[in-house]
This record gives sequence, C-alpha cells and structure tokens, in this order.
Amino acid sequence: MTDLLRPRVLGRSPRRVDGPAKVTGTARYAGDQHVVDPAHLHLVQAEVARGVLTEVEVGAARALDGVLAVLTPDNAPRLASARDAELAALQSHDVAFRGQVVAAVVARTREIAREAAALVRVRIDPRPHDVHLSADRDDLYAPEKVNGGADTDTSRGDLGTGLAHSPFTLDQTYTTAWYNNNPMEPHTTTALWLDGDLVLYDSTQGVHTTRQATAKVLGLDPRRVHVISPHVGGGFGAKGTAHVHAIVAAMAARAVPGTPVKLALTRQQMFSLVGYRTPTVQRVRMGCDADGRLAAVALDAVSQTSRVKEFAEQTARPTRMMYAAPNRRTTHRLAALDVPVPSWMRAPGECPGMFGPEVAVDELAAACGVDPVEFRVRNEPDVDPETGKPFSSRNLVACLREGARRFGWEHRDPTPRAREEAGWLVGTGVAASTYPVSRTPGSVAAIRCTGPGRYLVRIGAADLGTGTWTSLAQVAADALGVDFGDVELRIGDTALPEASVAGGSSGITSWGSTVVAAAEALRERFGDDPAAGDEVRAGMPDNPAAGRYAMHAFGAQFAEVRVHVDTGEVRVARLLGVFAVGRVVNPRLARSQLVGGMTMGLSMALHEHSVVDERFGHVVNHDFAEYHIATNADVPRVEAHWVEEHDPHTNPMGTKGVGEIGIVGTAAAIANAAHHATGVRVRDLPITLDHFL
Amino acid sequence: MDGEIELRVDGRRRRLRVDTRTTLLDALRDGVGALAPKKGCDHGQCGACTVLLDGRRAITCLALAVAHDGAEVTTAEGLADGERLHPVQEAFLERDALQCGFCTPGQVCSAVGVLDELAAGHPSAVTADLTGPVEATDDEVRERMSGNLCRCGAYVGIVAAVRDGAR
Ligand code: FES
Ligand code: FES
Repeated sequence: MTDLLRPRVLGRSPRRVDGPAKVTGTARYAGDQHVVDPAHLHLVQAEVARGVLTEVEVGAARALDGVLAVLTPDNAPRLASARDAELAALQSHDVAFRGQVVAAVVARTREIAREAAALVRVRIDPRPHDVHLSADRDDLYAPEKVNGGADTDTSRGDLGTGLAHSPFTLDQTYTTAWYNNNPMEPHTTTALWLDGDLVLYDSTQGVHTTRQATAKVLGLDPRRVHVISPHVGGGFGAKGTAHVHAIVAAMAARAVPGTPVKLALTRQQMFSLVGYRTPTVQRVRMGCDADGRLAAVALDAVSQTSRVKEFAEQTARPTRMMYAAPNRRTTHRLAALDVPVPSWMRAPGECPGMFGPEVAVDELAAACGVDPVEFRVRNEPDVDPETGKPFSSRNLVACLREGARRFGWEHRDPTPRAREEAGWLVGTGVAASTYPVSRTPGSVAAIRCTGPGRYLVRIGAADLGTGTWTSLAQVAADALGVDFGDVELRIGDTALPEASVAGGSSGITSWGSTVVAAAEALRERFGDDPAAGDEVRAGMPDNPAAGRYAMHAFGAQFAEVRVHVDTGEVRVARLLGVFAVGRVVNPRLARSQLVGGMTMGLSMALHEHSVVDERFGHVVNHDFAEYHIATNADVPRVEAHWVEEHDPHTNPMGTKGVGEIGIVGTAAAIANAAHHATGVRVRDLPITLDHFL
Repeated sequence: MDGEIELRVDGRRRRLRVDTRTTLLDALRDGVGALAPKKGCDHGQCGACTVLLDGRRAITCLALAVAHDGAEVTTAEGLADGERLHPVQEAFLERDALQCGFCTPGQVCSAVGVLDELAAGHPSAVTADLTGPVEATDDEVRERMSGNLCRCGAYVGIVAAVRDGAR
C-alpha cells in the first residue's frame, strides 16, 4: 500500500456544493429536466398474485381523447433479452406477483393517462398463489451464492460440541419485517428517442449501470443509451439496479416517435416495482462460559425471493466476522414465493443480520451476568474468525469504550424494569455495528487542466444525498494538491467516463481511488505544472491489500428507550453512535450520513412494517399514511461520533464508507434498551406497544 | 374539462389553462414551470410539495388548481432573493439539514411558515401554556415540522436549522 493521501482538504467540512440548489429547489431531479411537450405514462398493474392474463381490453382507454398509445403484452414490441424477468416488461401473459405491470398508457396529460389507465380492463385467470414466508416450509432451498457473492453456508469447528460444552447457551429465533426503501423521490424516468439513440433522465444510483441494463434488454449498443442523473432524491438501494419502469418508459417513448415520455411511479406503485428488503427469520445459537467467552456462534437465516428472479439477502454475513468463537456456522435458505422481487435496501445483509445476533448477545450477556459492553470486548477476535486474515484495522472496542463514556454507561444498573419516570419505564441498551469496505471495479476518471492550478474532474458517479458532489471534489483537490475551489467536478451522466454504482458504501473507495490514480497519471505525464488542455484518463487500480486483509468498518450504538407503563407506547429518547470508519472526508456530511442511517434504524425498530395480506399477496399499507417512517417528532437526540482511525490498506484516502453502517445495529440497541426498560424481550420487529401490554 | 386561472408565483403573474382535475402541484410544476415543490406522495402524506399559499404553508398536491384562481404562491425558489438565500435556507446549509434534497424545498417553506406561526403565538399540540407567547423549543419545532417527512433522516439538522432561523 502506498502512503495515504496527505489530507489538506480531506477532513475539512465545506458545505454541500449542491446545497444552494437544493435549498432553493433549483436542483434538477429526473422529473425536473426540461423536455419539449412531453407525453405522460401511467402503468397498469396486476391485481392478483399469480395467474395468466386472458384479456387486456383497451378499447375504452384508446377512445379517450388525448390517449396516444396503450401498450399491453399483446402489442408491446419484443425485447432483445427477457432473461431478467423483472425487466421483461409486457413480454408474457404470466402474472408472477401482484403489482406486475400488465399495461401502460401514454397520453397528452397526466390526468388523461391516469384516467385511461383506470379504463383498461384486465382479465386474469387466477392460479393459487403462495406468499407465506416461514422457516418451517419444506421447500426452502440453498441459493448458489448470496448477495455480494458470499458463500451460502460456512462452518468452522463443531457447533454441536461447542454448544454442548457451554454452561450458558441460547437458541432463539428473531424476525425482521418486510421494509420498503421509500426514497422521498419516486422513481422517475423521462425517455426520449433521438435518431435511434435513447436518452433517459432517470433517478438512478448509477448512470452506467442503468445504461448497461437498459441497453441489454432493449438490444441497443450501450453507447447509444444516454443516462442523465445529476441529482437523485434518495435511493437507499432502490435505485441501485434498473427496475421495470425504465424499460416501459423507453418502450412507450418508442411508441410515440418524437415525443418525450415522462413516467413517475406513484408512491403506491413503489411497493411492488422497485425492490424492497425481504423479511428474515433468524435462528441464533450461541454458547459461552461463565466469563462470557463464546465457544459457539451460529445463525441460520431464512428469507424470501420472488419465484421469477432470485435475490438472496446475505443476512448471516456479519455473524461470520463479528466475534471470536472456535465453533461456528452460518446458513442461508430461501423461500421462492409469488412476491415482488426483493433487492438491496440500505446495508442489505448487515442491517437485518445484525438484529438477531446483537439481541442474542444482550440476552446471553445477561444470562451469564456480564455487562453487554464487556461481553463484546471479551469476544473480540484477533483475526477474521472465518478466513484467518488480519483485519486492516478493527476498532470495535474503541467504539464501545468511547460510546460507553459519552453515553454515561458506567452508572447503569443492569436490572430490568428498575427505573420509572413519570409513568415511563426507562432503559438503555447497546449493540454493535459493522459494514464491509467494498470496492466495485469498472470506474474511469478523466482529469483535465483548465488553467494554472485548475482542474476539471469527470466521472459518471452519483450523489443520492451522500455528498459525492462535495466529498469527491475534496478527494480530487488533495490528489491534485490544489484548493477545493480549484476543482470542478462533473458526475451523473453517461457522457462522462464510466463509474460503478453507488452501492455497498463503495462510492468514495471506488471513485476516489480512481480519481487519485488519474491525478497520479496526470503528474506522471505532464509533471507538477500541467498546461491548460493537458488531460489524462485512468481506471481504478487494483488494491494489492484487498486479498490480504479483512476490511470492515465498525461501530457501537447506544439507545435510551421509554415505554409508557399504561399504554406500552415506545419512544426512543436518545441515540448515540460511535463509529470507526477510517478517515472521514467531510465531517459535516459524514455526520449527516451516520445520523441519517441511525434515524432510519430507529424507524425500522419502531415504525416500519410492510404488512402483507396473504390472501391477495400485496402490501396493504402501501403509502406514507400507513407505512410509517419516522417523522421529526419521533426523532430525539441522535448523535454520531467517530474514533480516529488510520487504515493504510483500504484505499489511498484511508476511508471505509459511511452510507450504510449507521443503520446497522440501531434496531438491536433499541430492542435491548426496551428490554432493560420493561423486562420484556422483543425478538420480532417492529417493536410495537402490544409487546408490552 | 379545462378552466383558466391566474396565479402569482414567486412574484410573477401567470395565466394558465388547467384540467379541472389538475392539482395545484401539477399546475405549478407542469404549467408554470415552478419546479421547487416536489411530488413525494401526491396524497398529502409527505410535505414535499409544501409552498406558502397566500402566506401560509400548504401542501399543493391536495389542492385543486382551479380552486386557487388568483392565489399568491411562494416556493422555496422564491424565498431566496436571487443568489441571496433566505436565513432559513442559509441555516439549512450550515446545519447540513439535507442530504438528497428532495424534501428540502418543502421543509424550507414549512420552516418559514412555522416561524411565522410561532411569532404569531399559534399554539401546537405540545404547547404547555396556551395563553402566553410560544417559544421555538426543540419539541415545538419537531411537532410542527412533522408533516414534512425526510427519508434521509435529516431531522436533527432540520430542528437546529429552524431554531437558528428563529433568531
Ligand atoms: S406530495 Fe404533497 S404531501 Fe406528498
Ligand atoms: S433530504 Fe432526502 S428526503 Fe430529506
């Protein structure tokens, strides 16, 4: 590993570069891009969970004044590739889940499109469906790999023996709910064909990944697909892979030559068309000695996937590297159901997968009478317990200690239900967080000198609120040895050099490493004082340390929870997180990411739950009135801090990523605090008042 | 059926024809080209479409355009004076009370409305004393800003920014 970039601009807190445009509402999101006289597209969805389309009657819709086209499986053009069943819009008469797109209407105005969509009569011959997730199903199967390419099952030592020889054991099942990402900006695509080229103004976490996916499905040369996405109204994974609406928008625009077509999904449609976090069932087994030293750890995770496209949540992944124990085992099993296709949602794997085990640790620590902070410290591994690789840096203990100090943990009486204040039972809890450092290959950056000491940096990266417009420019400034103001960054467009998707907290690691490599190439080629017009391109270099070290960020989260004695109402009074995330590029923005993640974790703990009506196979609470996300009044003091961490192995910036770790462990800390407050152990999310009555 | 209305948006007078089903939000965005208000839900559940309507905060996705002929609308864009930001906008930047920014124009308009309501002494569900002036405490701000959802979880910064704006 070369030396880390010398921080001059890194570590400072310039305000968001895109901030003025965002506070005045002049930042242009996908739906705000100017196109001339657009038509509007509205989707029609299947209202049964499984069946065969027998008729799509479009006469009444077509007859409506202002309707330009109606697409159905009977008349939609054949796609070049229907291999990805999620994207194979209108290619088949089979209905694989409730909410599947079965028709699409293009009209002169939004109102007409919507009215016409309501006039499309869809007849479906229903078939028996099954949307019931349970760990007791006899048709669970082991996927080949789980999301991110990790092994499905792992095992070390002998779990049975480890448990049998442990004086304290735990065998409990925990569940997390079905969650919908619900970024505030609904997925929006404006599609336009220009001389055989397709232009998409799209809300996406990766312009190039959207280009690749749509080009493949539509049978186009990727160079003829142009994706533009300078600002994205949140994604949280839901805009990380292409979804069907972008394909339908492109098809619809082809049906009305010369007219741009605008499609914005409704909030309700987002519950079936853009991915979601699968519910999980987690059987945790642990065994430890009287000092709380673990001899055995196991997690068997069950989640769902759709019958037409597999997504295997890597729920057990964090269990593989969190705590030392000679005997260990993890498994993943899937139930293939007649449900919409699950996908990424903020910290897939780690977020749900740190709920069960981190509550289990709390239970086992209590059973053997060891403080839960201390219990975790005692089980700190020297090396990655499964691979035997050293950690590039691991500061979980520092986070736990620093968090305990800031939170005031030392005066805590561990007795449950011991503190009552004015009708509220008060408790505190802790849980650990972790998230891997990932790096996605495929990025290229171009740097051009535009004048003395001034540079234009171009890379098709994305900013979904993560701060890329600012933080990547900071990286570039230090890589080029100039001031922040001397760098002009361009991102969010396929006209720029290729960039990897904003996912897995890999943005700064991947794009930043690429920008640093380009800056080095510029210096090599043109010396320290390039002339205006000098330009280089460079791809993301390999990281030789990648295979040698286990690279992860860590954190510790502390929660104070109040449960009302009479009503069972649960409130979080305080959240405090301390994280070890390598070097922090921009403290102002990083804090927002961490606090935002913790806030979403609070929301997951107490409020969010997509409720499925198994008779009909759909999420019944499919809007913000009933799918509750935390509101301002639900969120009290939330503090995020970090410990100094020097990691020379992750990337030239020494960063680890901050977008996802904040949501990992929050729900467990809150559940543990709720137990401390009430003596009631909640093992199923969300933590609602009925648990306490 | 169409109707003709006149709106004053961010100080500029606009006449436009609208479908009687068109919401004020769609009329602003599609008809006037005022793109600061956003559509997060179209059902009055998120606050992203908040503007100041005749001086008071209002969600425009639940208002029909034809019912607001002659209305005066201020969007987040109109709160700023060209490059000069409104103090609340300035506070949002300083506190980094935003991430993706999609809820932000609505938050900012709502915040300006909240500060006016506080100054006018309007009580909220958490106001203890209904007779005296109301203070911009954290609890008051949280309560009053809860019609504006933020999926990025910028609430802590938003509360701080609104309180800064009260000074
Ligand atoms: S778009 Fe109007 S409240 Fe959500
Ligand atoms: S800043 Fe993204 S929803 Fe509020």
